[in-house]
Amino acid sequence: MKAIFKYLSGYTSLIVFSMSVKFIGTITELFIPYILQHIIDVIIPMKSIEKILFWGILMLVCALLTFVLNVIANRGASKVANSVIYNVRRDLYGHIFNMSCSEVDHFTVPSLISRISSDTYNVRNMIGMLLRVGIRAPILIIGGIIMTLVLDAVLASILIATVPFIALIIVFLSRYGIPLYSSVQNAVDTLVLKVREFFSGIRVVKALSQVETEKDNFEKINTDLSRRETKATVTLGITNPVITLILNIALAIIIMIGAYRVNEGLSEAGKIIAFMSYFTIITNAVTMINRIFTNYTKGSASAVRIREILSSTSDIKVIPQDHVDTDDYITFSNVSFTYSGLSEGAKTLDGINFSLKRGETLGIIGAIGSGKTTVIQLLLRFYDISEGEIRIDGDDIISIPLKDLRSKIGIVFQNDFLMSATIAENISLGRHLNNENIMKAAKIAHAEEFISQKENGFEYRLESKAANLSGGQKQRILLSRAFAANPELLILDDSSSALDYKTDAMLRKEINSNFKNTTKIVIAQRISSIRHADKILVLENGKMAGYGDHDTLLKSSALYYEIAKTQGEVQ
Amino acid sequence: MIGRDPLSYVSRPKAKKSRTLLRLGKYVWRYKWFVILAAFLSVVSNLLALLAPKLSGLAIDAISPGQGKVEFDKVLYYVVLIIICYAISAIFTYLLTVIMVNLSQKITLSMRRDVFSKLTSLPVGFFDRHQAGDIISRISYDIDMVNTSLSQDFVTLFTSSITIVGAFISMVMISPLLLSVFLVTIPLSILFTLRKTKKLHPLYRKRSYALGALNGYTEETITGQKTVKAYGTEDEFIEMFDKYNSDATASCYNSDYQGSVVGPSVNFINNISISLISTLGAILYLGNRLKLGDISAFILFSRKFAGPISEISTVFNELQSSIAAAERVFGLLDEPEEVRDSDNAEILDGVCGNVEFKNVSFGYTEDTLILKNISFTAGEGEQIAIVGPTGAGKTTIINLLMRFYDVNDGQIFIDGKEIRSVTRDSLRKAFTMVLQDTWLFDGSIADNISYGNENVSLDKIKHAAHVVGIDKYIESLPNGYDTRITDNGINISKGQKQLLTIARAMINDSRMLILDEATSNVDTRTEEYVQTAMRKLMENKTCFVIAHRLSTIKNADKIIVINDGKIVECGTHEELICAGGTYASMHASQFM
Repeated sequence: MKAIFKYLSGYTSLIVFSMSVKFIGTITELFIPYILQHIIDVIIPMKSIEKILFWGILMLVCALLTFVLNVIANRGASKVANSVIYNVRRDLYGHIFNMSCSEVDHFTVPSLISRISSDTYNVRNMIGMLLRVGIRAPILIIGGIIMTLVLDAVLASILIATVPFIALIIVFLSRYGIPLYSSVQNAVDTLVLKVREFFSGIRVVKALSQVETEKDNFEKINTDLSRRETKATVTLGITNPVITLILNIALAIIIMIGAYRVNEGLSEAGKIIAFMSYFTIITNAVTMINRIFTNYTKGSASAVRIREILSSTSDIKVIPQDHVDTDDYITFSNVSFTYSGLSEGAKTLDGINFSLKRGETLGIIGAIGSGKTTVIQLLLRFYDISEGEIRIDGDDIISIPLKDLRSKIGIVFQNDFLMSATIAENISLGRHLNNENIMKAAKIAHAEEFISQKENGFEYRLESKAANLSGGQKQRILLSRAFAANPELLILDDSSSALDYKTDAMLRKEINSNFKNTTKIVIAQRISSIRHADKILVLENGKMAGYGDHDTLLKSSALYYEIAKTQGEVQ
Repeated sequence: MIGRDPLSYVSRPKAKKSRTLLRLGKYVWRYKWFVILAAFLSVVSNLLALLAPKLSGLAIDAISPGQGKVEFDKVLYYVVLIIICYAISAIFTYLLTVIMVNLSQKITLSMRRDVFSKLTSLPVGFFDRHQAGDIISRISYDIDMVNTSLSQDFVTLFTSSITIVGAFISMVMISPLLLSVFLVTIPLSILFTLRKTKKLHPLYRKRSYALGALNGYTEETITGQKTVKAYGTEDEFIEMFDKYNSDATASCYNSDYQGSVVGPSVNFINNISISLISTLGAILYLGNRLKLGDISAFILFSRKFAGPISEISTVFNELQSSIAAAERVFGLLDEPEEVRDSDNAEILDGVCGNVEFKNVSFGYTEDTLILKNISFTAGEGEQIAIVGPTGAGKTTIINLLMRFYDVNDGQIFIDGKEIRSVTRDSLRKAFTMVLQDTWLFDGSIADNISYGNENVSLDKIKHAAHVVGIDKYIESLPNGYDTRITDNGINISKGQKQLLTIARAMINDSRMLILDEATSNVDTRTEEYVQTAMRKLMENKTCFVIAHRLSTIKNADKIIVINDGKIVECGTHEELICAGGTYASMHASQFM
């Protein structure tokens, strides 16, 4: 909650204003039953219709003021709630984009998404509710009690006697209600996971005719969720009737004792009538507080999830290091790395050494899980290495600001992402590239032809997940993206797997002729994709199992030879 | 500017509001006995709650003679009755809550069930076009909203109506003259509620879509954040997010702004009534036309009367957003389903594996054909390699064969039977499929391997794992075959996932096999294992392979070369090399 209060503090004046307006509006509301009592007990005996009309109009004025002030206050409250959530969302999104990859791994992408979408929504509802009713309900209760005290202190004390009982019920609510709600939330998470899973596996499910199995599985989750929700609501549903009953019993007692007091001449009937009005007001206010509480329970759980993100600070820092004069563009010296969460002994990369001059090509080949992609992630500083050093142009990468480091690079990841935006926007990816650059890149990637056949060409809008493109077309757009800004360093991670041999070969040719001075790193499964590289790094279980050019490796690396043989590259 | 056009969410045909309500009503009607019981309870508890003010009015009358003249036995009598009324009313209110929760849970249960089973009956194309996040928000948030509305709003609507009627009758009985006050205030509140509702509905709809656009953008870009970071354009994406964010905030504020008047204004109308009643009541009292207890009871009734009216209008307010949510749910339920199997569809049984494509044409959209007039045959046990440049339509052939999509033109036969004349289930069961995208679900390794084949013995599972060479890895895990695979478990690599799906295919015993670039994810070393296993898997099966590996293609009985949606060449490796056409040049290019 603290994190959210920090945001609220930016709107202190609006909050104070709305709350004061609300306060006045509530007070004017409380005057209405008071005037009513005054009419009955004081004005009526005076038998003056003029006076009755005067007080009646005063009541109307109070009603009007209550209305206007409440509307103003509610608008202020919603302004605050929406503005705060706007800021929270903006900061969350910004924070996520500035997180290091290990933090993203830690939170997981689906969880980050739900924090931005559903958790902020819960918090918004909570703030809105707190501001709109949070001040009104207590004032109605306290004000109501004060008014009744003024009317008749003895009768009011009966009212006050109910407070401990109501407090007890609220404590019960928090003790038993919150765990019930979080158990509902867990069941919802399971349900969401199931739907997501079904979505991505639709072809497999249908191919294996498993629709009925999936329905059964869903049904189990669905029923479980329903059961928990029923339990939570039925348990918490007891509070409202009980609170109302307590208050009404108190009211009955007040009538009884009131009767004695009227008989003794200590009170008047009009007061008892006004009491009843105040009772209705207080009962409503208590119900409101009950509702606030449920909302608060939901909202504060969400606030905690939001704070977790906002309080995480990027662990990637820029630390000045000595520059080394060298004509190598990239050097990895003795680089070792372990993903956090893995045990000490299990190094993902262990003692990696290589160097590349400007314009050279490095091919990386090796088994799945041998650490090929990790090499790139370290070079981009998605993760910090545990041992050794990585230099670009003689500078240690930990001394280069992330922006500068990454702006040199054109990259295609495995299963890279395309968004629902135009083709040009997908190529540019926010880099403000001009049309000429985009078109040139598309030409090199052999994407120009199919793009020009699309309606509106480069302005053709991709659907979500680029569903309106074929696999090969997606790949060529991704390549255009990597080519577009004349990168100093071009990284292709298994980017040819969706392409056939011919396109692959053609692309290799285009890259070599168009990016002569660009240093290239190509990760591939096929020897044919990298056999002409200046240097080839062979990885096995995170260790180097060979380094050199194709011909050298055939002699020096048993693993490389074996791979080449399987792929029919050597006889 | 990056991103989609937020307005596109708004400009869809308006669903009829009343139709949505009617459909919701149908769900409720399934549980009509619950509804009737709930109605009974709420009538009783409300009548009791209405009786109480009347009783307290009588008690006041017994008190009002003033000092020394209070009739205690009467007061006591009424007070006891009041307590009994409220106690029974409280018990019934709680029972009502229990029943309504059960009712609404039954409805949401069946609604979620309906949505999910709708999903299972949708064509694969739907899943290719939609984002999981959007559907998830419908099955969770939207249904949840409808649920809240059903369990709370409808009860309120119902009980409020009863209270209003009951309070009205009671007030008529006390003083028809005083009731004239409501001639002013009731039309006022009805008019107001109607006007607000009209204004609010489009605002809530807009809010729904603005939030949808924001969430869609968030899901998309956070999923792709690694790429964004790699290109260092975080700021541009944050800036674009800001547009969606302010859009959503503005539309939320707009609907709040209009909605914020509703609560206070109803309260206002209520307070006007009380002012008028007490003024008029006091004058009538002076004329001896009314007792003091009557004024008290009347005011309590009028609060009871106005309270529900205010609640009804709040509920109407909330109903607006629930109806918007229900519209989204029903919108999904209205999606066109996969075409049903024809009534006389046969069950494809005892398949030999003769496949024929006859003049097949197909396009995912109406304007562009991906396959144009394709014809070829595959004999029993033959291996067919499908090659061609990317985007030529290779995957599409598989989509048609499995009936993930239906042809626009032409026919496909299996053992002489047109595939649309047999049931989809039996058609799909006749194939084993290994796709490039590995799919594993949250469950044990054994469950994942045996998926699709009930009653598979552990031995058979182990055997399949052994054949693909992942048995050693699985046995090295602490829980072996019972190890649970979860979404964020980092314990399993992409290649291992691929091997598991191949093991799954191993268990499936069918006469036809589809491999879609299946080995491109498996590392080259394991590939040798896999290829041996695959060869075993392919034995005696008609196989369709989309592969880029020459070794697979070389051994094929028939190579079909596709370009631009047409078959340009067809033959064995040697034949095609000799022919010196497209295939020959493709083959040569890999050694460039």
